[in-house]
Amino acid sequence: MVLDVNSIRLLATALVMGIGALGPALGIGWIGAKAVEAIGRNPEASSKVQTMAVLAIAFAEAIAIYALVVALVLKFVA
Amino acid sequence: MLNISLVAEDVFHIGSFGVTNAMLMAFLVLILLTILSVSLRAKLKTVPGIMQNIAEVVIEGALTMMDSVLGNRKASEKYLPLVFTIFIFILCSNWLGLVPGVGSVMVGHGADAVPLLRSPGSDLNFTLALALIAVTMVNVFGIAATGLKARVSVFFNFSSPINFFVGILELVGEFARIISFTFRLFGNVFAGEVLLAIMAYLVPYLVPLPFMFLEVFVGFIQAFIFGMLTLVFVALAVTPHEGEEAGH
Repeated sequence: MVLDVNSIRLLATALVMGIGALGPALGIGWIGAKAVEAIGRNPEASSKVQTMAVLAIAFAEAIAIYALVVALVLKFVA
Repeated sequence: MLNISLVAEDVFHIGSFGVTNAMLMAFLVLILLTILSVSLRAKLKTVPGIMQNIAEVVIEGALTMMDSVLGNRKASEKYLPLVFTIFIFILCSNWLGLVPGVGSVMVGHGADAVPLLRSPGSDLNFTLALALIAVTMVNVFGIAATGLKARVSVFFNFSSPINFFVGILELVGEFARIISFTFRLFGNVFAGEVLLAIMAYLVPYLVPLPFMFLEVFVGFIQAFIFGMLTLVFVALAVTPHEGEEAGH
């Protein structure tokens, strides 16, 4: 395996996205589980819980997006 | 290979200012929304027609959702222009960016052919501008509601070392919000564009369809999130700090 800059760059692109998606995936699953549990306990608060859950999921997803941006910069910017 | 460009390409120049395809698309969305709202406003009737009915349902829904965050209808009506405009502008930008022709109709010849139109959210300038507007307006509303001294004392609080540190964290947090807003929308829209382009390149028939559904969904969710987060930050900024001294 020739370790030149382009090979490392390719490897880094793949790794940053792969590892960067682990945390958010776990986080989103956790949020979803807790949200469903909360709705199951108290169906009347369903819309409040749903709004809160969607918001929290977007925050967690943003972290994965940061990793994606790093991957994109590695791939497409010189 | 596919021409995936992180930077929006220029389609024509006004003097030395290059107008990008994303900017062109954003202007089209702007003109469309302006025509829609001005024509609705001019034809307001006590017994509504179809378009007015739809608009009323949408605005009522938005106001109700804002009520649950802000607490009262008066506050919702005060902050509706900012929050709803951000929502509807991003929503229409994202959805119109999925229309066939955007990203595929090219101008120019041969090697330097660029798409004429491109989803505005895939341009970092668009998302950065919206993020800056949102965060600036949050602070403006905070100053208008609580006064300049109260707003500054959120960030520069010299009453104790801990509060000073918390103030610095809040300041860093404001800038982190700008970055976060920018890259959330940009990442989602640009990644969606790349995904659609690659799917269409690999299997042109049938397979891109679920990804188009995904992009419609993501477009709505990102517009909703941007608007909702702006609303939540406004709500946090205009709530006066109660119980800070009383608790000790």
